[in-house]
Amino acid sequence: MIKILKYSFYDLIRSRWSYVYLLFYLVIGFALLFLNNNLSKAIITLMNVVVVLVPMIGTIFGVMYYYSSREFTELLLAQPIKRRTIFLGQYLGIAMSLSFSLLVGLGIPFLAYGLMQSSEIWNFGLLLVVGTFLTFIFVALAFAISLRNENKIKGFGYGILLWLFMAVIYDGLFLILLVTFDDYPLDKYTLVASFLNPIDLSRILILLKLDISALLGYTGALFQQYFGSGVGMVMSLGSLVLWTVIPMWMIARRSGKKDF
Amino acid sequence: MLTIKNLHKKFGKLKVLDGVSFDIPTSGTVAVLGPNGSGKTTIMKCVLGMVIPNDGDITLNDTSILKQWDYRREIGYLPQIAQFPDNLSVQELINMIKDLRSVPANELELIELFELHPFLSKKLSNLSGGTKQKVNIVLTFMFDCPLYILDEPTAGLDPISMIRLKELIDKEKKKNKTIIITTHIMSLVEELADEIFFLLDGKIHFRGPVDQLKKETKQEDLEHAIANILTND
Repeated sequence: MIKILKYSFYDLIRSRWSYVYLLFYLVIGFALLFLNNNLSKAIITLMNVVVVLVPMIGTIFGVMYYYSSREFTELLLAQPIKRRTIFLGQYLGIAMSLSFSLLVGLGIPFLAYGLMQSSEIWNFGLLLVVGTFLTFIFVALAFAISLRNENKIKGFGYGILLWLFMAVIYDGLFLILLVTFDDYPLDKYTLVASFLNPIDLSRILILLKLDISALLGYTGALFQQYFGSGVGMVMSLGSLVLWTVIPMWMIARRSGKKDF
Repeated sequence: MLTIKNLHKKFGKLKVLDGVSFDIPTSGTVAVLGPNGSGKTTIMKCVLGMVIPNDGDITLNDTSILKQWDYRREIGYLPQIAQFPDNLSVQELINMIKDLRSVPANELELIELFELHPFLSKKLSNLSGGTKQKVNIVLTFMFDCPLYILDEPTAGLDPISMIRLKELIDKEKKKNKTIIITTHIMSLVEELADEIFFLLDGKIHFRGPVDQLKKETKQEDLEHAIANILTND
């Protein structure tokens, strides 16, 4: 597994797109910090960028890498390597190289700004943790989708649809339901629903940590009310772990059954 | 050495293998022949575990290989269409495969034989089809395996390289290796194959040495003998 991971990781690290991605974070990190001149505000703005952009890049990279490395994969399949190892190795290679771009790209500007002397260090740390989780989750989902679709266009389409659904449509549907069934007690339903979307979950997690009730929104407020900040954070971190492990399990399962 | 029992494979509604059974002895060259789409590549890919059969069993040295992976150490596979990651150079690719297998390889000798030295630092995407096939051959034969599976090994090769490939196969044969070949080039079959397996409609239609096929079909050369089987049905 380590060898496959290493090759995928280096393959991506050498590609131009990794640098573009890294550069993007560097630019946005510096820009936000020096425009806002306030660490806390910069973190909130970044959170809004990260929870939408990271899943999108993860999905696109995951799908693109899968389809563009099919030849490589076929070469590997004829070697004495377990199938699961090949696909999980490639997956981890992409997820890690994207996370690397995120961590370095955001880390440098914040360190340069003097993050270490600030009390915001934990909030920033959480932002990075959530960004890394989202990368791992959406690359895994993209890989699981690609493994199920021979057709590149279809795979790409489903991937983007999934991202669009989680990042944009989900919230809208949620709101419509809340307004429509306004007369019913919807607390528990709402709570469950927020566990079903890793993007929502990440947003809540960061806001709980930042302790900004004004930005929490309905679900966030419920979270805080039900679990309190501490338990709420553990719960949401736990389900982010689940969101990572389940698609990985799907990759492992599907890779054992596919014909090449 | 290799035994295939009652192998079935469907791709959607298309039935490709319909109860193929045969066994291949240790050492010797076997040619798997058949019209286009008769399932030659599918059988090879089943043996490699790239295609998972719907039914049946494959054993290598008396152990089932289904859902296994370690047995692929014993196999050198030359795929039909040479497809490589484009952004690697020839040398990087060879090193990578060596690293993945982590057994000694004699790639230098083969690079010499096929005169690949000038291409070692070139990216694979810039190579011609024939040169890619030579790289493919190097990757297959650089490890010392008891079984080689060659799917259309001569595709795109120039006459000199073809002669060298034949010599290479002959050399491996003399080392008591098992070689399975699919090809449409009948001269190659006549020169190399000890036995022919003729696949038709997902089954083994004929099995035996080249001479027997010629005798049975009362034809002088192999090409006509094969055509005879196909038109008589």
